[in-house]
Amino acid sequence: MKDKLSTLYQKDGTKKLLASLVSILVGLVVGAIVVVLVGLFNPRISLTGAWEGVRLVFFGLFSTGRDAAGSLTWGFNPTSMGNMLFRAMPLIMTGLSVAVAFKTGLFNIGAPGQYLFGTMASLMVALSLPTEKMGVFLVWIIAFLAGTLAGAVWGAIPGMMKALLNINEVLACIMTNWIAANLVTWAFDASNFKNVAESTKSGYVYKTSFNGVATAKLGLDKLFPGSQVNAGIFVAILAAIGMYILINKTTLGYQLKACGSNRHAARYAGIKDKRNIVLSMAIAGALSGAGAALYWLSGNTEFFWSTYQSLPAIGFNGIPVALLAVNNPIAVIFTGIFMSMLNIIGLQMSNLTAYNEYLTDIIIAVIVYLSAFALVIRMLFESHGKKKAAAKGAPPKGGDAPKPDDKANGKGGEQA
Amino acid sequence: MTFLIQQTLVFAVPLMIVALAGVFSERSGIINLALEGIMIFGAFIGVLFVRSMQLSGAFDAAKQAGDWLSLQGLELLAMLAAAVMGAIFSLLLSFASINLRADQTIGGTALNLLAPALVLFLIRVLVNQETLNMAKGDAAGWFMIKKSTFGIDKNTNIGFLGETLINKVYLATYVCIILFVILSIVLYKTRFGLRLRACGENPQAADSLGINVYHMRYAGVTISGALAGMGGFVYALTTSNCASTGDVAGFGFLALAVMIFGNWTPLNIAISSLLFGLFKCIAAAYSSLDINGDGVYMLSQIGISSHLYRMLPYLITLLVLAFTSKGSRAPKAEGIPYDKGSR
Repeated sequence: MKDKLSTLYQKDGTKKLLASLVSILVGLVVGAIVVVLVGLFNPRISLTGAWEGVRLVFFGLFSTGRDAAGSLTWGFNPTSMGNMLFRAMPLIMTGLSVAVAFKTGLFNIGAPGQYLFGTMASLMVALSLPTEKMGVFLVWIIAFLAGTLAGAVWGAIPGMMKALLNINEVLACIMTNWIAANLVTWAFDASNFKNVAESTKSGYVYKTSFNGVATAKLGLDKLFPGSQVNAGIFVAILAAIGMYILINKTTLGYQLKACGSNRHAARYAGIKDKRNIVLSMAIAGALSGAGAALYWLSGNTEFFWSTYQSLPAIGFNGIPVALLAVNNPIAVIFTGIFMSMLNIIGLQMSNLTAYNEYLTDIIIAVIVYLSAFALVIRMLFESHGKKKAAAKGAPPKGGDAPKPDDKANGKGGEQA
Repeated sequence: MTFLIQQTLVFAVPLMIVALAGVFSERSGIINLALEGIMIFGAFIGVLFVRSMQLSGAFDAAKQAGDWLSLQGLELLAMLAAAVMGAIFSLLLSFASINLRADQTIGGTALNLLAPALVLFLIRVLVNQETLNMAKGDAAGWFMIKKSTFGIDKNTNIGFLGETLINKVYLATYVCIILFVILSIVLYKTRFGLRLRACGENPQAADSLGINVYHMRYAGVTISGALAGMGGFVYALTTSNCASTGDVAGFGFLALAVMIFGNWTPLNIAISSLLFGLFKCIAAAYSSLDINGDGVYMLSQIGISSHLYRMLPYLITLLVLAFTSKGSRAPKAEGIPYDKGSR
């Protein structure tokens, strides 16, 4: 039994998992420390307020509000749970988008732009096709595919610039992000999808439910009453499983990974590196676009179309989701749900205490910072494991050989 | 024309100084993707400094008496505060990427996520709104140099050069230009600059000659952080009325593009930041831009959508990168953690 435990401990995957868990824990603790510090220095926040804040940082998902006496109550909160799953849906998709690009050695910081393009295409299609003639389901499918395709096209552009012109994909992605923000604003400004029916909604596009298009609930609304959750979460999980199979079980996936670990060696081995880079970015873009389609086709949120000054945070939050999952598509499902849990915690904090939702962004940033040197944390575990193994007189097993997906210093020496 | 030149400078100078910040970091071998985040943080610190000075009432007498010298002193102090805190903030990046040999792109991204989150969190806690403004008055009233500053009447014409250079300008702009020149000389004409650049090209060789690569890289990133923090405050002061919103509209990333377009050399960076400043200026003020002073607003009359003008700086950046990327030469060792043991 003890032997089994130590072999489990020696496994690479276990170490990655442990490193991620340590990052999460430290991130939450830092969040709690910030809460306490601010509580100490701010006269508006009492000590009990700070203690409530700390408890919410860790257990905010199970908060059910305040009772008549004003103290926090805890328990199963179906609305929070359901909304967590709803918000996890696009996060899983953008997380997958970043993770797949990472596997090919590309840093897809362009997810916000791809997400915006997916938003534009899916909303426009869903609002313009006649639902009474074609049926709601068909329109939903077409709109979803349109969003996916638009994201793929927008992702392929920086991919092509990287492959053909050797422009740093980070820069190309950032520029295409802002171009997308302006283009989308322009397109909606010129369109007639702007909400004019409700006077309070100026600046917003119609919900897709205005045209009768909304993702099916499949009974999830019974399970989590009062929340926005719908069947889209299943689509996101299926996409993650699909990506896992693509990356790990197909020739294409192997080629993508080979390009990621060493582009020149891959070309020497007869792999078309340029094609694979473009393809990888197109897949990444398609995932982001599909995430946007899932979110907006749910039909319960309006899109604020005048978006040229800001980029959607969901796109950027795909980066921590992917990093925390160490680019493993299956793990992305869980880290995506974790990130949206943080999101819910932030909402609970601003609703129930004097703190605000930006605290969770701080926690996320700390987690990303730690995952930058996850390698060091992993090495700490490794030396610890080795000592144990040496003490028992057994040679340390495996886990040291560099894998194609190991991103130790894969980014080195790449320039525009 | 005066307006065009002044507005271009307003956008170009923060770009220029932040791009130089990028140069110092990358020339020492560390990719500083965190420029945007450090700018956001620096802007917040500078505004906070000005605000707390105003609240403490230390400069009220000077403002009342119209003592513009001490007001300019306050501006310089705020720039200094932003620079110091920017440098301290950048230590997070140097620690991760130099001591822990972390992935520099991810480390920079973490700082880019952290800065707006921290700034917005603090602004909300401090003033319970989304923007941190000056406590009283506005940037123009407190810090702008005008004709009246020198005791000249508003309606006197002081010639084209005078109107352009000393009317309705900020001292910060000129300080940045002077700093830019000095630091460019430091980078190219001093022993320190040579050693710094060596660490970005071939750290092993530099180490073999007794240069401490870790120290040099720390120096590079710290100077970079100071400049970016200052640039962030200058941006907030000159373009958004000395307000901090947890956002600098992608200027840090634009500065990175300027740096790459300028091929990591100061002179080219100065030229390209002027170019981008011009496009930014057109995007921001095309409708009120009267180029030759005949009362005709040409750019708004051609009938091109405002959306296109806003998109232009980014579109041009991308196009320019597409055409120049083949000839660009980045520091050779940038992005690679230095390991004494490796060859």
